[in-house]
Amino acid sequence: MATATLHAHDVHEHEHEHHELGFVRKYIFSEDHKTIAKQYLITGIIWAFFGGALSIIFRLQLGFPDLNLDWLKPVLGQWIVEGKLEKEFYLALVTMHGTIMVFFVLTAGLSGTFSNFLIPLQIGARDMASGFLNMLSYWFFFLSSVIMFCSLFLETGPASGGWVIYPPLSALPQAMPGSGLGMTMWLTSMTFFIVSSLMGGINYISTVINLRTRGMSFTKMPLTIWAFFLTAVLGLLSFPVLLSAALLLIFDRSFGTSFYLSEIYIGGEALPNVGGSAILYQHLFWFLGHPEVYIVLLPALGITSEVIATNARKPIFGYRAMIGSMMGITVLAFIVWAHHMFVTGMNPFLGSVFMLLTLIIAVPSAVKSFNYITTLWKGNIIFTPAMLFSIGLVSLFISGGVTGIILGNSALDINLHDTYFVVAHFHLVMGAASFFGLMAGVYHWFPKMFGKMMNPTLGYIHFWATFVGVYCVFFPMHYIGIAGFPRRYYSFTALANNAAESFVDMNMFISIAAILTFSSQIVFVINFFGSMFKGKTAPQNPWNSTTLEWTTPVVPGHGNWEGEIPAVYRWPYDYSKPGSAVDFIPQNVPFSATPESNLPEENEEIANEKEIESLLDSQNAVYNI
Amino acid sequence: MTQEHLQNIDLSEEPAKQLSVNPQKFMLWLAIVSIAMMFAGWTSGYLVRKAEGNWHEFELPSIFMYSTAILIVSSIFMHIAVLAAKKDNFNTLRIAISITFAFGIAFLIMQWWGFADLVQNQLHFSGSDVASSWIYVFVGIHGLHIISGLVVLLVSLVSAFRLSINAKSLTRIQLCATYWHFLDILWLYLFFFLFINR
Repeated sequence: MATATLHAHDVHEHEHEHHELGFVRKYIFSEDHKTIAKQYLITGIIWAFFGGALSIIFRLQLGFPDLNLDWLKPVLGQWIVEGKLEKEFYLALVTMHGTIMVFFVLTAGLSGTFSNFLIPLQIGARDMASGFLNMLSYWFFFLSSVIMFCSLFLETGPASGGWVIYPPLSALPQAMPGSGLGMTMWLTSMTFFIVSSLMGGINYISTVINLRTRGMSFTKMPLTIWAFFLTAVLGLLSFPVLLSAALLLIFDRSFGTSFYLSEIYIGGEALPNVGGSAILYQHLFWFLGHPEVYIVLLPALGITSEVIATNARKPIFGYRAMIGSMMGITVLAFIVWAHHMFVTGMNPFLGSVFMLLTLIIAVPSAVKSFNYITTLWKGNIIFTPAMLFSIGLVSLFISGGVTGIILGNSALDINLHDTYFVVAHFHLVMGAASFFGLMAGVYHWFPKMFGKMMNPTLGYIHFWATFVGVYCVFFPMHYIGIAGFPRRYYSFTALANNAAESFVDMNMFISIAAILTFSSQIVFVINFFGSMFKGKTAPQNPWNSTTLEWTTPVVPGHGNWEGEIPAVYRWPYDYSKPGSAVDFIPQNVPFSATPESNLPEENEEIANEKEIESLLDSQNAVYNI
Repeated sequence: MTQEHLQNIDLSEEPAKQLSVNPQKFMLWLAIVSIAMMFAGWTSGYLVRKAEGNWHEFELPSIFMYSTAILIVSSIFMHIAVLAAKKDNFNTLRIAISITFAFGIAFLIMQWWGFADLVQNQLHFSGSDVASSWIYVFVGIHGLHIISGLVVLLVSLVSAFRLSINAKSLTRIQLCATYWHFLDILWLYLFFFLFINR
C-alpha cells in the first residue's frame, strides 16, 4: 500500500510546469530553498576547512614547540619569524578558529543548510514563507563571510581577543595588533551575520507555523522540524542581544564612549575612560553565547533523531519526551549564561543559583540520550554512514555532557575555568557532536539534495577515522586541563609539578591525532564532490523513510511537488509497525488504507481524514496570493 | 458579548483553518520580537550598570515629554487611517496618514532638539559620563528605527494617494500600522524606563 502511494508521484517527474529561470536566478540569486540550502552547505564546508586548518597550525605550536615552521612561510609570510609562529598570530589563530567554527560552520553551515532544505520538504510546503528574505539571508551571510575572510589577510592580523572578544582587550586598538582594524572587521562581519541569522530565523519560524500541509499538526511533525523551529526561536531571542553588546563595543571603540572601559593605564598613561563595566559586556555576550551553544547543537540532535529512527527501523522512543526535553533545553538556555562567569567575582549566591539551573539542563539532555539508546535497543539497525555518525553523536554528546556536570559546579569551576578541561568538554559536546550531526545530515539527505548516492565505503572510512580521531584529540585534553594547562596560551613554562614537561608527549599525541583527523576529511570532500557528479543515481526513497521529503521527485523542482502537496495523516515514526506488511508507513498514507496495523485510537482518527482532505482548497489558496 | 460567544461555539463552522495567518504579518511580529530583545538587552544593561554605583543623575530634557505626546497623537492618526481604509474612506485615509507622517517627522526633529539640549547641559555621548551615553543610545537607536518606520509609512502614504490601499487590499497599511504602533510603544517603554531609572 505504502509503496504504491509513493510511486504514484514518479509519473510526473519530468513534467516541468514552471518556466526555466536564467543561470543567475537559478544558481546564484536563487529564491529556491533547496538551492539556498546547498549554498549554505558548500560555504560551510569551505569555512570548515579554513577553521580546521587554523587549528592544525596552532596544534603544531602546542605539540611541537621547537619545530621549525619555515616551510609554512609561503602561506603565513611574516607571521613566521625565525622558524617560529608569532605570538600575536597564535592568538589570532585561536580567535578565528573559534569564530569560524561556532558561527560560520556550525550555525550557518548546519542550521542554515538543513533548516532551509528540510523545513519546506518535511512539512509539505512549496518553499519558505519568504523566498526573497531567504535569499537576502544567504547573501548577508556571504557578505559577512567575505569581510571575515579578508580580515585574515590584514597586516595587523585578524581579531585576536578570543571568539568572545572581551573588552577591554577588544575595545582598545593599542591593546594588541588584532584589536585594530581586525576587530573592526570582525564586528562589521558579525553585524551582517546577525542580520542574516535573524532573517533566516524569522523565515523558519513563520514557515513552520504557517505553511504546514493539511493534517501536519505540531504533534505529527518530524523531530528535525521541532529542532529547527526551537533553534530559530533561540536565535531570534538571543542574536539581537549580541547585536546590542556589539554596538556598545563599537561605540566604545569608535565614538569614545565608556560603556565597557574604566580606569585603564597603558604604559603608565591613564586613559580618559571612566565608569564603564567590562563585566556588563560578558553578561550581554553570554546571554547570546549560551543559547548559541544550543543553536549549534539542537539541529544536530534533531537530525540524529530522524536518522536513528529510520535506520534502527523503530519508532523514536519517547517522541513527546523528545519535544518536551528540547523545549526544556530552549527555556533553560536563557537562564544559565552566568556559568561562564563564575570567576568574574560575582556574588557567590548568584553563582549557586546559576549552578543549580545549569545542572538542571542535565535532565532534558539525559532524557534525549536515553531515548536515543532505547530507540537503538533491539532495532534492526542498518549501519549506513549517516547512522554511524548519528550514533557517534550520541557517544560524543554523552562523553562531553558528563564533564559539563563537573564544570557547572561553581566551586569546581574555580580550578577548571579556562583550562583545557573546558576545551575538551565543549569540543566534545557541542563541537564534535554538532559536526557529527552535520555529517549525518549530509550523508542522509545527499540523495535528496543532488539525486545521487554517496559512496558508502568512503563514508565508513571517513566515519571511523573521524570518530577515533576526535576521541584521540579531545579525551587526553581532559588530563591536560586537570594538570592546570590554561587555554589560549602560546607556550607553557611555569606550571606546578613540572607539568609542562611531563605532558609534552601527550600534547604531541593530540597534535598528531588532530592532523590525522583533519586529513581524513579529504576523504569526505572527495566523496561529496565526486558523488555529486559520478555517484549512482538515487532511488526516490533510498532509506525507506516515512517523512514527506521522500515523496517528492528524485530531484525536486521548484515547488517541490509536481502535483498536489501530499496530506499527512500519521506521525513520522511508523517503522516496523506490528501487523503491517512493509516495515515503514509514510506519513501521507491514511489510516483507512492500513486497517491491518492500526491501533484502536488510530481507527478513530479515520473519521478525521475527510476533514484533513477538505483543507486542500485553503492550502492551495496560500500559494495563489 | 453573548453574540460573540454564540459565534465561537457555532459547530457548523468550517474546520479550523491552520493556514490562515498572513505570513508577512507573522514575520513582522517576529521582527518586532527581535527588536524588542535588542532593547531589552540595553535596558537590562543599563540597570546592571546603574546598580554598580558611581552614577550621574540628571533631568531628562523636557522636550522628550512633548515628543512623546506627538508620537502618541501620530499613532492615533495611524489607527484612524487604518479604520478609514477599511471603509474605503479615501479622503480621511489620506489626511490621517499624512498627519501620521508629519508628526513622525516632528517627533524625530524634537528628539534631535533633545540631543541639542543634552549637549548644552554638557551631557555628551562620548566621554566618561556613561549615564548620558546611555540616553543617546536609547534615543538614537530608537530614532534610527523611527526613520525606518517613516520609510515604511512613506510607501503607504504614496499607495494611499494612488488608491492602491482600499478595503480589499489592507495588508500594506496594516503592516505599516503594526510597525508604527510598535515603535510608539517602544518609545513609551524607553521614556518611562528612563523616567523611573534616571
